[in-house]
Amino acid sequence: MTGQSRMLPQAWPGWAMLATAAVVLALLPPYLPVYYVGLITTAMIAALLALSLHLLVGGVGLVSLGHGAFYGLAAYVVYLLSPENAARPIWQTLPCAMLAAGLAAYLVGALALRTRGFFFLMVTLAFGQMIFFVFHDTKLGGGTDGAYLAKPIITLFGFTLDPRSYPRSQRGFPAYYVALGQLVATYLVLAFVLRSMFGRVLEGIRVNEHRMEALGFNTARYKLAAFTLAGAFAGAAGHMWALHSGFVNPELVSWHKSAEALLMILLGGIGSLAGAIAGAFAFTALGEAAQQFTERKLLAEGLVILAAVILLRQGLMGIALRRPTGRSAKTEGGGGHG
Amino acid sequence: MADPVPILATEGLSKAFGGLKAVRDVTLRLHRGELHAVIGPNGAGKSTFVNLLTGQLRPTRGQILLEGRDITGTPASRMPHLGVARSFQRTNIFKTLSVLENVRLAVQALKPMGRALLRAPGRATDLIDTARGALARVGLAGQEGAVSGTLSHGAQRQLEIAMTLAGDPKVILLDEPLAGMGQEEGERMAALLKSLAAERALLLIEHDMDFVFAVADRMTVLVDGAVLASGRPAEVRADKAVQTAYLGEHA
Repeated sequence: MTGQSRMLPQAWPGWAMLATAAVVLALLPPYLPVYYVGLITTAMIAALLALSLHLLVGGVGLVSLGHGAFYGLAAYVVYLLSPENAARPIWQTLPCAMLAAGLAAYLVGALALRTRGFFFLMVTLAFGQMIFFVFHDTKLGGGTDGAYLAKPIITLFGFTLDPRSYPRSQRGFPAYYVALGQLVATYLVLAFVLRSMFGRVLEGIRVNEHRMEALGFNTARYKLAAFTLAGAFAGAAGHMWALHSGFVNPELVSWHKSAEALLMILLGGIGSLAGAIAGAFAFTALGEAAQQFTERKLLAEGLVILAAVILLRQGLMGIALRRPTGRSAKTEGGGGHG
Repeated sequence: MADPVPILATEGLSKAFGGLKAVRDVTLRLHRGELHAVIGPNGAGKSTFVNLLTGQLRPTRGQILLEGRDITGTPASRMPHLGVARSFQRTNIFKTLSVLENVRLAVQALKPMGRALLRAPGRATDLIDTARGALARVGLAGQEGAVSGTLSHGAQRQLEIAMTLAGDPKVILLDEPLAGMGQEEGERMAALLKSLAAERALLLIEHDMDFVFAVADRMTVLVDGAVLASGRPAEVRADKAVQTAYLGEHA
């Protein structure tokens, strides 16, 4: 009677599809060449970042160009926390990375959320670049060259998942499975947030913020809470990237990361949370294909994305979730499917 | 008998947008049990006046008093918490949400939620019960599950009124509740507003003169942002200035 969040599957088949995708991903690695295990891990981490941004874009209607900064900042936190010749367990690095990214997001959000629309976009861009230059222009994290984590070993629940203790063909497995677990957990947490009464307020703000204020909601506080939460989850994604790649550089913090994450959401479908995952996988695959088959990677990427956005108005999820006509909870008031 | 303290009052309320004086020196008293209509030609400053009252705009000068207490400058999102609810000129519901969910959201806005915010909307039985009560009050009890955007225009306006009732407000301000309604819907709305005004104060902006003269206990005529006349409908109808300035074509 009170309805489901439009960002989530509307009925059990949608949930079943997501569960199946997770199971397939879990069964896949033994059958894949090492290279592709790494590539899918990269895609899953991209999905983590895109998911966190989608809480803002699809959940609240806030488009930020500073989101990558929280991702990169968290990756640097892992580097800064890691001692010279040992690895810290995830239960230490992950909370620290999320806390740092969340705190940064809180501070940036408290100022940036005073603006709206285009100005918000520009202010988040400016703050993001400020964080970028902290790492780019100081020796804090190795400057422009970046820095290697001494020992990118994943320790979790007392187990040490040292890639070097695995046969060559399985070295990518620890990062792969940790990223997959994090992806499932992130989706579930964000789904929980979106279907809660808090998520319903965010949805109301996205549709009509003035009306929500007139109803008595202090919308600024809700937006700041969402912005902080999204920042913390971007931090979790950046944390995973540091563990996976064992390397940090300023590129992780730059606004390009934010723009990429936005493209993933656009590509996957702005109307559903899972669109961020589909978009991240498609974007990663596209980048890979463009690299392999052309010499003009960015041009090829750009053209394909342009075509996809024009032809698939609801992104990839629009194909996957095409439903019979009739009254649908996803139908936007007045505006049709958009 | 001495005049009781009005629920809502303005003292010399003014609003200028640059050089344009949209509302000039408006003093108005709104009492419990009263249905007060604000009328005036297009551009008379009626909507601006309501926006001042509910904090969407800040007055350039003057005061707003709620039960004698100065509440000038209170932000819009605080007003419903003080017992001042409003509707908008253009239908302003959440069209993708169900009828019940629209009102439940309005109830949620006024309840301290804390950690309950993380519960699913469907589990908030106390909020849902309150919302059902408000829907029953406006005659939408049978349509709780409908997607609100699919309701008839009249029913959508009823829904907006149910949303204003969510926190059992002392004052309701309605900006053209009849806009776009048919005859029969209008009559039902008139009866509803009459019954609501019995328990609280109602201020409404309306264009439909027949409707205003039929339901209003008091009325205020705004022209060019200033009060031209104020009083009981019969007094206003008899007012010479009103007849020349505004009612000419209707009277």
